[in-house]
This record gives sequence, C-alpha cells and structure tokens, in this order.
Amino acid sequence: MHIVPFMVVVWILAVGLYGIVTSCHLVHLIMCLIVVQSSTYVLLLGVGYKTGAVAPYFYDIPVHTPAVDPVVQALALTDVVVEAAVTALLLALAIQAQKRFGTLDPQELVQLKG
Amino acid sequence: MTPRQRRWIFLAAVAGLAAFYLWGLRGLPGFGNYPGPYGDIINRIAVAQTKATGVVSAVNFEYRGFDTVGEEFILFVAATGMAVVLRRLRGERERDRQDPTADLTVPPASDAVRLVALIFTGPVVVMGWFLASHAQTSPSGGFQGGVVLASAFFLIYLSGQFLLFRRISPVDLTEAVEAVGAGGFAAVGVSAVAMGLPYLKNFLPLGTTPGAVSSSGTIALISFFVGLEVAAAFVLIVGELVDQTLLIRQGDR
Repeated sequence: MHIVPFMVVVWILAVGLYGIVTSCHLVHLIMCLIVVQSSTYVLLLGVGYKTGAVAPYFYDIPVHTPAVDPVVQALALTDVVVEAAVTALLLALAIQAQKRFGTLDPQELVQLKG
Repeated sequence: MTPRQRRWIFLAAVAGLAAFYLWGLRGLPGFGNYPGPYGDIINRIAVAQTKATGVVSAVNFEYRGFDTVGEEFILFVAATGMAVVLRRLRGERERDRQDPTADLTVPPASDAVRLVALIFTGPVVVMGWFLASHAQTSPSGGFQGGVVLASAFFLIYLSGQFLLFRRISPVDLTEAVEAVGAGGFAAVGVSAVAMGLPYLKNFLPLGTTPGAVSSSGTIALISFFVGLEVAAAFVLIVGELVDQTLLIRQGDR
C-alpha cells in the first residue's frame, strides 16, 4: 500500500504540535498552528487523488478524462480561507496581549493570570 | 510544569496519536486509489449540468453553495472581530492622520522594493480581476482573485505610501465593499427563493458553450461577489494591523 503522503500528513501535524507545545512566543505559536493546519491540506488532497488523473478542469480536455475528486479540492479552498481568517484574529489578540501584559511568552502570561 | 515534563507528555501523546493514525490508515484505500463515488459523479455531470468547466468552482458555488456562504461569513466575522479587538483602548490615543508632524512614514523602503511594487501594482489588479471573473472556466475564483486583488493594495503600502494606502482604501469604503460582497452572495441565494426555487438554485441562463466566461449562470455572479468580499476583508485586516503600528499610541495625549 502506498502511504507516504499520509505519513507526511502526520509528520507535519506532529512537527506543528511540537512547536506549539514548546513555544515561548505567541507569534511563533500562531505560526505553528498554521503548520498544523497545513497538514489538513495534504490529507484532503491526498484522499482525493487518483493515480494518473488530471485536475478537474475540463476547459480543453474531454469531459470523460479521469479527474481527481473536486470535492476535497473545494474543501481545501475552504480550509485556506478559514486559516487566513483565524490567523488574522489570533495575531490581533497577540498584539493586545503584548500591550496589556508587556510579554508574548505563554509561560509568563499564565503566571501573570495567577 | 517544566518544559522538560511538558516535552515528555507531548512525546507520549504524539506516540499514541501516531499509533491510532497508523491503525486507521490500514482501513483507508491507499494513496491514488480514490474510492469515489461522489467526486467521479460530479466530474461526470458538472459540465453538462452547470456549463462550468471549472468543476472545483462548480462545487464551491453551486453544489456546496450553502456551505460557501457560511465560509464567506467566517471571513466577514473574522475581519469584524479584528476591528473589535484592535479598537482604540482606554489609555490609548489615535494620532491625527492629517497631522504633518506625526511621523507616519514607515521605515523607508529601498528603491528596489518601491520599483517592484510600482511595476507590479497594475498587473496584480488585472490578475485579480481575471481570477475573480474566470471561476467558471479555469482554476480560479473569487477567493483566489480577492486575495490577489488585495495584495495590490499591500504593494502600495509596501512602497512606503501609507497615506496613499489609506486614501485609496478608506475604512468606511472598504467596509461597505465588504458588506456588498458578503450580502451579494446571500442575496443571490434569496433571489432564487423569491422566484420559488430552492436557496442558491442557479436561476440565471446557463449559456450554451461550456467554458465561455458568460456561461454557468450564478456561479460567475457569486464568484464576483466573493472576490469583492475577500479583497475588502483582507485590505481591512491588514489596514487594522498597519493602523496599530502607525496610528495608535499609548497615553491620552
């Protein structure tokens, strides 16, 4: 069974999670969250892939050409948009954390809360 | 918890995750053996049914149209949320944009950056509109086109023209464009309901030639509105961040 792309998925996920767990800067932590989310793109596109198939665009090829699953591609598109939105919102929160507490270290932020 | 303990707990958890994942993979068809049937069915019928040759766009704006409305509003809410989170807080003041003594220039961009920004602004606008208006034919669509369109504004900011960036993208206008984009998508859906059809049913003439820009009915229209919404949302988001850096200051003056 050909599973390398699916191993890449779990590798990206684990690397991103490792970054989140050991992070000592909120912006770094947000970037790691992006890495975690990137693993879902690989998973979605990997699930829909068909060996030897083309992209699902029939502009200049016959309609019956074997093509990969367009549904997961549309889902990946959704994923990218949501990621961009979530990242922007988190970065805004990081700015306010820096303003209010004067630090971006998650450890120190926890201690400040008491 | 010390970082060391934290790391060990993480390693144990990730080992468990990997074990479950590998176990789950055994039940999945291998890479390249797509089992179907939904993707295959849509690939076979979409072109005849919608006259759109870009099947991903057909899925996004037609078959999954209702989901995409929600997705678009995630972006809308995120942009609104940023505006709320980054509002001027107590103990902060906003510097007057017109104040000539206020230092509103970002650290000066190098000539190379300014030149590249200048050269690319026009082509990027054209590219963005091209992408937003060709969802039905080729790998593009409102989401991609909107982001490219927004980056034209960032190029202007990048060339060091903060005041110009604000003059061509005033917050009120950007918010209005975003609202038109988000509302337009929903309105297309409601129009179908008004005609006695299901929500977001494609009620416009589909055209006869698959792959023509004028074909595919509401897919092209929705893609246009999504393009507006996405471009405005990203300009708004980046504008908020830039304002934070340049305009908001500590102290009540």
